[in-house]
Amino acid sequence: MMKNITLGQYYPVDSWVHRLDPRMKIVLTIALIVGVFMVSSFVGYALVLAFVYLAARMAKIPFRMLVRGVKALRFILILTFLLNLFFNAGTTMLLEWGILKISLEGLDQAIHYSLRLVFLVMGTSLMTLTTSPIALSDGIERLLSPLKVIRFPAHELAMMMSIALRFIPTLMEEADKIMKAQMARGADFESGNIIARAKAMVPLLVPLFVSAFRRAGDLAMAMESRCYHGGENRTRLRVLKITRNDWIAAGVTAALIALIVLEGRFVPDLVTLVQGWLPAEQTASLFFTKGLKL
Amino acid sequence: MPIQVTNLTHTYSAGSALQSTALHDVSLSIEDGEFVCIVGHTGSGKSTLVQHLNGLLKPTSGRILVDGEDMNGDKVDKKRIRQKVGLVFQYPEYQLFEETVARDIAFGPKNQGLSAEEIDRRVRAAMAHVHLDYDKYAERSPFELSGGQMRRVAIAGVLAMEPRYLILDEPTAGLDPKGRDRILGMIQELHREGRTTVVMVSHSMDDCARLATRMIVMSKGTVLMSDTPRAVFAQADAMREAGLGVPAAAQLCEKLRARGLDLPHDLYTQEELHAHLLRLWKEAAHA
Amino acid sequence: MKEIITVKDVTFTYEEATEPALRGVSLAVQEGEFLAVLGHNGSGKSTLAKLLNALYIPTEGHVTVCGFDTQDDDHLWDVRQQAGMIFQNPDNQIVATVVREDVAFGLENLAVPHAEMVQRIDEALAAVRMTDFAAAPPHMLSGGQKQRVAIAGILAMQPRVIIADEATAMLDPSGRREVLSTIRRLNREKGITVVWITHYMEEAAQADRVIVMNHGQVALTGAPREIFEQTAQLREMHLDVPHMTDLAQDLRAEGMPLPAGILTVDEMTEEVCKLLCQSR
Repeated sequence: MMKNITLGQYYPVDSWVHRLDPRMKIVLTIALIVGVFMVSSFVGYALVLAFVYLAARMAKIPFRMLVRGVKALRFILILTFLLNLFFNAGTTMLLEWGILKISLEGLDQAIHYSLRLVFLVMGTSLMTLTTSPIALSDGIERLLSPLKVIRFPAHELAMMMSIALRFIPTLMEEADKIMKAQMARGADFESGNIIARAKAMVPLLVPLFVSAFRRAGDLAMAMESRCYHGGENRTRLRVLKITRNDWIAAGVTAALIALIVLEGRFVPDLVTLVQGWLPAEQTASLFFTKGLKL
Repeated sequence: MPIQVTNLTHTYSAGSALQSTALHDVSLSIEDGEFVCIVGHTGSGKSTLVQHLNGLLKPTSGRILVDGEDMNGDKVDKKRIRQKVGLVFQYPEYQLFEETVARDIAFGPKNQGLSAEEIDRRVRAAMAHVHLDYDKYAERSPFELSGGQMRRVAIAGVLAMEPRYLILDEPTAGLDPKGRDRILGMIQELHREGRTTVVMVSHSMDDCARLATRMIVMSKGTVLMSDTPRAVFAQADAMREAGLGVPAAAQLCEKLRARGLDLPHDLYTQEELHAHLLRLWKEAAHA
Repeated sequence: MKEIITVKDVTFTYEEATEPALRGVSLAVQEGEFLAVLGHNGSGKSTLAKLLNALYIPTEGHVTVCGFDTQDDDHLWDVRQQAGMIFQNPDNQIVATVVREDVAFGLENLAVPHAEMVQRIDEALAAVRMTDFAAAPPHMLSGGQKQRVAIAGILAMQPRVIIADEATAMLDPSGRREVLSTIRRLNREKGITVVWITHYMEEAAQADRVIVMNHGQVALTGAPREIFEQTAQLREMHLDVPHMTDLAQDLRAEGMPLPAGILTVDEMTEEVCKLLCQSR
């Protein structure tokens, strides 16, 4: 299951989207999410879907990978859908069963929120899949650097992130080794109830923490000896450059958002649409409500 | 046959792009009372092999018998077999976790389900084995000790399980000569005085020359040689081909023989060479 | 020859420690030399290394590196740029997720312009023969390769001295050979001064000069041949003695006229042959 989560994973191929500036990708992803939240009709979602699908194609990322990423979060999705479905005080009732009431507005909101979540996951997955973690931390650092004026530690944050990335494989390997060493001493990580298992983790976690601290101390010394003195007065090997392609990507995204705004104006949303079909006196209870009223 | 490995093959990440065979059809046995040194270039499969002896890795194919029982057999209690085979990992001090030395050493025996008195007896015995004074160190935090002492605590943690077979993966890695001699001395004592069979992975040919009753030379996932140090070090070319060397004395012997000196072909200790060179010199002086 | 590092009457006591780790140490490193510092754990050799890079500041006395006193805060970065340091654990000194970017780290800190940075990185990677691994993630490399990346990271900063603090202690024999031979080549070809801290006697034997540390003091100093003849003292300080030196001494004690100062198997072969080969 863990390996199906696409959020935060990097898919290392070379593509037009991969080569975009990480800053632009971050900004455009945020713009896309804002756009998704402005969608009011299915036409809008279809536009977003088309956009995401095309972007995935251009990024050489199999679309089913994005779908799998959404699937991995299906429980959250279902929960979101149900919560909105049942706990929304609408006026157009579709179904009533004891305290459970489903209204047209609730259904509408449930669909909206679920789809927004789907596209939020797809959009951000698309960004992380096409942007190496290190480029991402670079992008974040530079986007946040204007905040240095108010003492926001943008450089430190990015440095922390990149060191974490550097040491994840090392610590994983170490965890495996310690686990084996404790198993050789008869430790059992697999059986017992939740409390027994949590307790069994102590012989793994303590050495891992001790080691992480030792490594941190060593690394700090090594960094200092290589003249590290924080983010001030520093040049960078990785230079970020906004190219023509970045502006093209920005233009396409802007066009998408413009279309979303337009469809909000001209295409009626679900509630209005359904209510439009109904005779005026029926707005309080819908076609099959009577038969289904339990 | 106490430990018998038959046709052991181990493939990491089988079926994926990263697939690699670390051991290929390895068969060997370890007899009671032996001191076996396993040597091999990094990546020769030594570490993979010793992890199988303790059941930490499952063979892709092949079998490991310990005292006649299949380590990975269906009806076998793996934990019980594991107790017979103590495994000390590389840099074992990195596995210490308890608040006191005594409690850390007691971790293994506790997992064995022993009584409090028995655990206490074993902790004391294990500390004596590694030359750590119980009264002085038992209640101290293992993290306050020096690197060499920490390593001895970690080894004591395995000894306290009283394994019949003690396997050590490069027990002297990273230690200075003093720490190294201490640990090797300890292991030698255990082997001599007790009934402990020792298997030691090592990079030092000199240590192997000094300690081993038998050597297993690994290369590219297979057993290249399994013989006495004398027989192994006489094969200097084969050893070099496996990315290994021979002790300085064996090198000197080889070079002097090439210059025509009348020396046996299989000398490998300094003492032997000393005796033979002295003999030659006295003969020359007489002539 | 010119003195590039001067250590004068240095005492250093760690915080919370009662005993000083170094006691009145004085020594000089000549420009271009390969100096080995030998000693067992706790002899003070690693403390000495960290004093040479201004990671520690002497409690008493002075350390001067390339003309800069390490106590002088204004020249802290000069000291560290001129005297680069490699540490023991290959994993714990690599900062970046890609080899090339790790080599860049020191240059970024020194604010080297981008074009020059790229050039210096390429040169440094070539000098340690790691060009093919420029884009590799460090955790996929062997211990010896990681140490060579660390050396490249220092080299790119164009130091005059490289201080290696037990840089081979955690490596296997082939890794040790590859790191030591890399450093020796840099010493020979680029004239970089090397301070090589180790507890491996066979590594110290390859140096121009050896300093033996014991109990926070300089116990012996001299050429490897002079040092290793003093087998009794070395054993007392829990250090190894080269096998051939030992064997030659034993044979000499029995009356065989072998010269002093034999270190290697080849030297021993020649000397034994002088005595025994012609007579046959």
